[in-house]
Amino acid sequence: MSIQRADIEKLAELARIHVNEDTVTATTLGINRVLELIDQLRAADTTGIAPLANPLDATQRLREDLVSETIDRDALQAAAPAVEAGLYLVPKVVE
Amino acid sequence: MHDLTLAQMCHGLARRDFSSAELTRHLLERIGTANPRYNAFITTTPETALAQAAAADQRRAAGDAPALCGLPIAHKDIFCTRGLRTSCGSRMLDNFVPPYDATVVERLAAAGAVVLGKTNMDEFAMGSSNETSYYGPVKNPWATTCVPGGSSGGSAAALAARLVPGATASDTGGSIRQPAALCGVTGLKPTYGRVSRWGMIAFASSLDQAGPMARTAEDVALLLQVMAGFDARDSTCLDRPVPDYAATLEQPLAGLRIGVPDEYFGAGLNPGTERAVREALAEFQRQGAHLVAISLPHSGLAVPAYYVIAPTEASANLARFDGVRYGHRCADPVDLRDLYMRSREEGFGDEVKRRILIGTYCLSAGYYDAYYNKAQQVRRLIRQDFLDAFAKVDLILGPTCPNPAFAFGAKGGDPVAMYLEDIYTIAANLAGLPALSVPCGLVDAKPVGLQIIGNYFDEARMLNAAHRYQLATGWHRLAPPALTEAAA
Repeated sequence: MSIQRADIEKLAELARIHVNEDTVTATTLGINRVLELIDQLRAADTTGIAPLANPLDATQRLREDLVSETIDRDALQAAAPAVEAGLYLVPKVVE
Repeated sequence: MHDLTLAQMCHGLARRDFSSAELTRHLLERIGTANPRYNAFITTTPETALAQAAAADQRRAAGDAPALCGLPIAHKDIFCTRGLRTSCGSRMLDNFVPPYDATVVERLAAAGAVVLGKTNMDEFAMGSSNETSYYGPVKNPWATTCVPGGSSGGSAAALAARLVPGATASDTGGSIRQPAALCGVTGLKPTYGRVSRWGMIAFASSLDQAGPMARTAEDVALLLQVMAGFDARDSTCLDRPVPDYAATLEQPLAGLRIGVPDEYFGAGLNPGTERAVREALAEFQRQGAHLVAISLPHSGLAVPAYYVIAPTEASANLARFDGVRYGHRCADPVDLRDLYMRSREEGFGDEVKRRILIGTYCLSAGYYDAYYNKAQQVRRLIRQDFLDAFAKVDLILGPTCPNPAFAFGAKGGDPVAMYLEDIYTIAANLAGLPALSVPCGLVDAKPVGLQIIGNYFDEARMLNAAHRYQLATGWHRLAPPALTEAAA
């Protein structure tokens, strides 16, 4: 299966990555090469085979629903591009 | 002093032949001189290293020396280090200073290790050549026109160039074993869940595993001993006892059953690499091991399955880089959508963007079953191949990579050509099995690796086999010719 330029634009929107006009052709070509590779999976007979998500078939550990640790808000927010009064700043969302 | 292994340095420190401060100063000087040539480190930490070394010397003098007291190491720049920039090889995290230490970093520090710096890597660990690093490629000390492998190329090159005797690394599809093979060092990807991944920046969470690299199997065992073990903060980390890896290193190999998979010796394998690996197999036979021909019939599907599973998980994991909470933010965003779209465009390199887009495609409506579900079914078939094989054999041996190190730019035009360099390493990640690489020869004057794949949690047996091999051979002791010429 190969994808077209319009598909790349849709994927870019879904992934929230702007794809530059200069690079869209190269991006499409590269992704199509990889899709050729993964299309080899179609030849495999997987009738009745359950998907394997965790290689050890392990399941999530449960714990008591108690506070286990607290975070230092100032330390965590020190890495943020823009913070004010303990809040992350972003461009205006609601008019 | 820089030629010593971790085990030898440990003895030297214990005998007071030298202090950790002397050792650390010596290696920092070497890094200062040689790093511009190899670009193996993104960040060096001379001041904290010397302080840690002084503290280690004091602890030893006080009779309180933990396992790695005063031994110098480096961390791959994928492990969060409190107060120390952790870039993951990406512009996205060029300014990121974590507020906490990864569990692996914490454990090694508690064992007394001295951290010399953070090593270079492919961006977000996506690459097999180190060419995707935002900080420029690492150069292979064996041939500086060639790649060191990836993604842990900085750790591997630093070891080969004798800049550091031990390093941390991570392996999602071969990122410990392939650079270890191409740089002539020893590296182990442990069983999935053996080592905590807390604080290790996520790429593909069902495949990623942290592990050690060094110049000998004995040193890898020493590091794994400290790194392995349960951590409640990583929900995939398994609560199983950690054996004493050093205790079984010397055991004789008589009667060991070694599986040799037909599929790992087919078309595409460099004849020189094949010769080196077959000679290694003969050495195991001389030590009393039995070679058993086995088949892993779904091997050919490992790379295609991986390039569905790894990108899908990456597209989800890397969604966190939004330009809001940490990492790169574009200038003057007009609205929130523009902030996301441009921050991610500017912050991520081409290979990372390609994988996010592929993962987004595989998970999008209408394609989930055809790609993601199918790949997870194939993954079970691949694991079953190994389970069937381990009913008959103790270890599986073969090449780590098809070829020795290739020249920069050699795979530049075609992502798939690069992906196929991991053809023998990817299956162990899909199955969650432990696998290690040891140097087993030179091809075109560049190192090649022997891969030893073990059953789940059988790292002790793999290290035993690797150590016995290294007692009988000298490939792991070879240094890049440029180093020995410089010393002469």
